[in-house]
Amino acid sequence: MTTSSVTRLRRGLVLPLLLLVAWEASSRTGLVDPRFLPPLEAILSTALTEIRSGGLVRHLAASLARDLLGFAIGASAGAAFGALLGLSPLAARLFGPTFHAVKQIAVLAWIPIISIWFGFAESAKVVFIALAAFVPVVVNTKEGVASASPQLVEVGRALRFSRRQMLLRVFLPSALPSIATGLQLALIYSWLATVGAEYFMAVGPGIGGLIIAGRERFQMDLVMLGVVILGLVGFLLNATAASLAARALRWRTA
Amino acid sequence: MTAPVTAIAWPARGLAASLHRRVHRHLASIALGLVVPLGLLVAWAAAAASGWLPEQILPAPRIVAETLVEMVRSGELAQHAGISGLRVLAGFSLGAGLGLLLGAAMGLSRRVEDTVQPLFTALAQVPTLGWIPLLMLFLGIGETLKIVVIAKAALVPVTLNTASGIRAIPEGYREVARAYRFTRVQTLRRLILPASVPPVFTGIRYGLTKAWTALVAVELLASAEGLGYLLVWGRQMFWLDTMIVAMALIGLVGVAMDAGLARIEARLQLWRIDAR
Repeated sequence: MTTSSVTRLRRGLVLPLLLLVAWEASSRTGLVDPRFLPPLEAILSTALTEIRSGGLVRHLAASLARDLLGFAIGASAGAAFGALLGLSPLAARLFGPTFHAVKQIAVLAWIPIISIWFGFAESAKVVFIALAAFVPVVVNTKEGVASASPQLVEVGRALRFSRRQMLLRVFLPSALPSIATGLQLALIYSWLATVGAEYFMAVGPGIGGLIIAGRERFQMDLVMLGVVILGLVGFLLNATAASLAARALRWRTA
Repeated sequence: MTAPVTAIAWPARGLAASLHRRVHRHLASIALGLVVPLGLLVAWAAAAASGWLPEQILPAPRIVAETLVEMVRSGELAQHAGISGLRVLAGFSLGAGLGLLLGAAMGLSRRVEDTVQPLFTALAQVPTLGWIPLLMLFLGIGETLKIVVIAKAALVPVTLNTASGIRAIPEGYREVARAYRFTRVQTLRRLILPASVPPVFTGIRYGLTKAWTALVAVELLASAEGLGYLLVWGRQMFWLDTMIVAMALIGLVGVAMDAGLARIEARLQLWRIDAR
């Protein structure tokens, strides 16, 4: 029943190749309006001109900068809040229900109201991205801290660990895998939030703004280029986060 | 043989006491959970009453409540919520239906999986938010756009969970089916269907959550009706009360759908244990 990897590769290539051939053929023969389906080389040449002019790099850099800033703010606030909820049952009972209720609102629904509170300035986007990163980090940090093994906590008490030692030597190590999951989710969410914020507050450079501008000018090649970059960056962020997490948690299996 | 009887009677009394304690604790935790929302509400009302919080930043709770009552009474809220609901229903049914078919094909046939998987993974890499502007150019901003976007959002998790759910059926079960010389139809009905229902349902639950989020996204970007549109409209008119009502309803519907499906899912998980 085992199929060799060559066969699997060959099977996997059929559909993408067919799709590309159909695309190229229909745009060359004029079967489909090239405004809807620009030929592949048009997209490539748009990519090249955008890269040469430095426009693409500028947009990408702007997006990534606000993404990482929002992520850093949201993730650190989320780790602190999640740790509080995980360590103190009282805090969990006080803030937990409110947090879970508010968290149910689809994160994009916050954009309009955030744009009223903060205007269309950079700060509004960063606040929104931070909010998107905040939620998964809180949930996972809380779970990780709260699930620290009672035996280990007992050992810490027996050794008369100070609060600081308890935190650093008992709770942090056992919560790390869960926190890593939260951070990884937050990295994806904050990238999506970056794009969302740039769509709705399309002021200043950014990949989302580039896509919206392409749509308004009916430049399909620009839109497609933007969408591919959007997917690629998401994929790379996720892959980087996964390998960083695996490296950081290597001690667990060793 | 009398000893066991008393042994049964004792826990019963203990049970009543522990039930009482549990109800008590439950009420206490509800009360504690209400402290923060009530505190925020009081602070919000006080800030609005003292004029410290301008109405364009956050209208007083009373105004929001009045708007809610007004929107419910005029039927406006129900109308927008109904439109959003229908869109999710149509898009989700389409996406989940296709996802079940595709996922089943991928789970049942190695050849189909090898052929479809790479392209599917690549396309799934582009988030729903990325597809919206692209699809707006192809489909315009009509109802088709919304349904396709929502369907795509539901399709991905349903397909992946269906395929992996079928793949994960233990080889031992398949061997038993072969030993009994099940026909293809019998294998499908008596082995694959029951064994894959729980994971498939998990995919459906994710799919519905994704569909709801996609609805909000597409209505924010391109709509003249629906809950997402209420947000955009409120934004333009600076009607924060309308926006707060719409956000609350978006959250509420999200919770209700997820809670309903979570209950069904829990029941299906029980069934799985029984089936073993």
